[in-house]
Amino acid sequence: MADQTLKEWLLTDTPTSRRHAKLSALYTGWLTFRSNTMAMIGLGILVLLIVIAAAAPILSPHDPFVQDLGNRLAPLGTEGHIFGTDSLGRDILSRLIYGARITLYIVALVALIAPVAGLLVGTVSGYAGGWVDVVLMRITDIFLAFPRLVLALAFVAALGAGIENAVLAISLTAWPPYARIARAETLTIRSSDYIAAIRLQGAGALRIITKHIWPLCISSLIVRVTLDMAGIILAAAGLGFLGLGAQPPSPEWGAMISEGRRFILDHWWVATMPGLAIFTVSLAFNLLGDGLRDVLDPKAGE
Amino acid sequence: MSMLDIKGLNVWFGRARDRVDAVKSATFTVAQGESFGLVGESGSGKSTILRAITGLAPTWSGKIHVEDQPIPARRPKSFYKTVQMVFQDPYASLHPRHSVDQVLGETLHLHGFKDIDNRVVKLLDDVGLGQKFRFRYPHQLSGGQRQRVAIARALAPEPKLLLLDEPTSALDVSVQAEILNLLADLRQMHDLTYVMVSHDLSVVGHMCDRLAVMKDGEIVEIMDVSALQRMEATHPYAQHLLQASV
Repeated sequence: MADQTLKEWLLTDTPTSRRHAKLSALYTGWLTFRSNTMAMIGLGILVLLIVIAAAAPILSPHDPFVQDLGNRLAPLGTEGHIFGTDSLGRDILSRLIYGARITLYIVALVALIAPVAGLLVGTVSGYAGGWVDVVLMRITDIFLAFPRLVLALAFVAALGAGIENAVLAISLTAWPPYARIARAETLTIRSSDYIAAIRLQGAGALRIITKHIWPLCISSLIVRVTLDMAGIILAAAGLGFLGLGAQPPSPEWGAMISEGRRFILDHWWVATMPGLAIFTVSLAFNLLGDGLRDVLDPKAGE
Repeated sequence: MSMLDIKGLNVWFGRARDRVDAVKSATFTVAQGESFGLVGESGSGKSTILRAITGLAPTWSGKIHVEDQPIPARRPKSFYKTVQMVFQDPYASLHPRHSVDQVLGETLHLHGFKDIDNRVVKLLDDVGLGQKFRFRYPHQLSGGQRQRVAIARALAPEPKLLLLDEPTSALDVSVQAEILNLLADLRQMHDLTYVMVSHDLSVVGHMCDRLAVMKDGEIVEIMDVSALQRMEATHPYAQHLLQASV
């Protein structure tokens, strides 16, 4: 044991304990992920985004809310304002940095609500079958039949404008595809021999769904969520753009584009800089999702 | 005492016009400690009989008695302590995300055993897998090793009746022999009763005391293995099957 390096210990085919086996599986997954350059770029951008959001007060050169009407719409590269200033003279770079917090907040909340709801509905529906399946799937169909942004608009209009309501609205419109995926996966899993085998040990439906079906559904859901994140960020930005998401003076990226729209011909950078930020983060999530798909596919190990 | 007694068992799938009768009035008895074979071509309903016994095929009629006790439509937990099954394809019968330790540990937990650690170690030794396999995942095991894990899982609740659904047909020939020998040893060691489904007459001839020949969902003949070895089948289909296997 002693002359074994850490790497050999992690890559062994003969793990000696439960934790060893888990760590070894994790490390193998990490190696697969690391070999995907594009996915690593995506991960890098997202880690950077998290660091920026966490250290926003240190990193931002100005207060994102302080107005300076004498210096409004300053162009790129102005002294003290690398990305220029907006229509109220606020530093765009500082606003972008603080906006990262809002973006992460939206992403985290939606990622916590929508896939979990979808997983719950989809696996129960798929495993139970019969009328439970019919009822749950028709509800899913109803939600799927609405255009996403329009339904989100209706929710926000009913609940009032604001970032939390925007998140709620996006989540409520985002869960049906996850339910569909989870149900489709459950249908293939439930008829497999290993589910028959655990049923023969007297396991109940709750145990089978949570311990045997969920672990196999979660990986494809995670991949789908990361790929959908771009859409979610854009939906949040869209709601912000329409004035139904984050409210001024909040430095939400979509709302910033909306403000910059008025000057887009003469002062293009006001709308372009937040647009580039949205583009970069969306792209990063897409790249990450692609890489995760390679790692998390349960059949990949075979 | 008979371990398994089946009278007039019908199993069907689908309803009304789509109804397919997979098994038609099957009747046979397996004595305590006996090894009973079910042979027939693909689709003759042999696996379906096993699935009906375990409750995996929900639509059946007739009488199933295990240890002279009638089996209710909804199997009680105690049923699974008596009857266990080994599936045909070891690549499909193990959860791809559960390690060997998890598979056996959960099974033992579900049957209410307390000394799970010791029992996992013992089970792995029983099926000829050492401790080094304990924390591996299915994709780190070969087909034969997986089937050994599946057999260990079936043995975990200490059953009396083991249903074997073509346990070796997905394995290559040299591994087949190992698994068959393991099953023969385990039967002696734990005093098990086997019902073994196979389409391979030589496997049944090696493993079983008596066998039933099935065709199109019906049992056409039940005979001793000695009759099989002497090629003395009375039913023309059974005779045909024997001829074809030589």
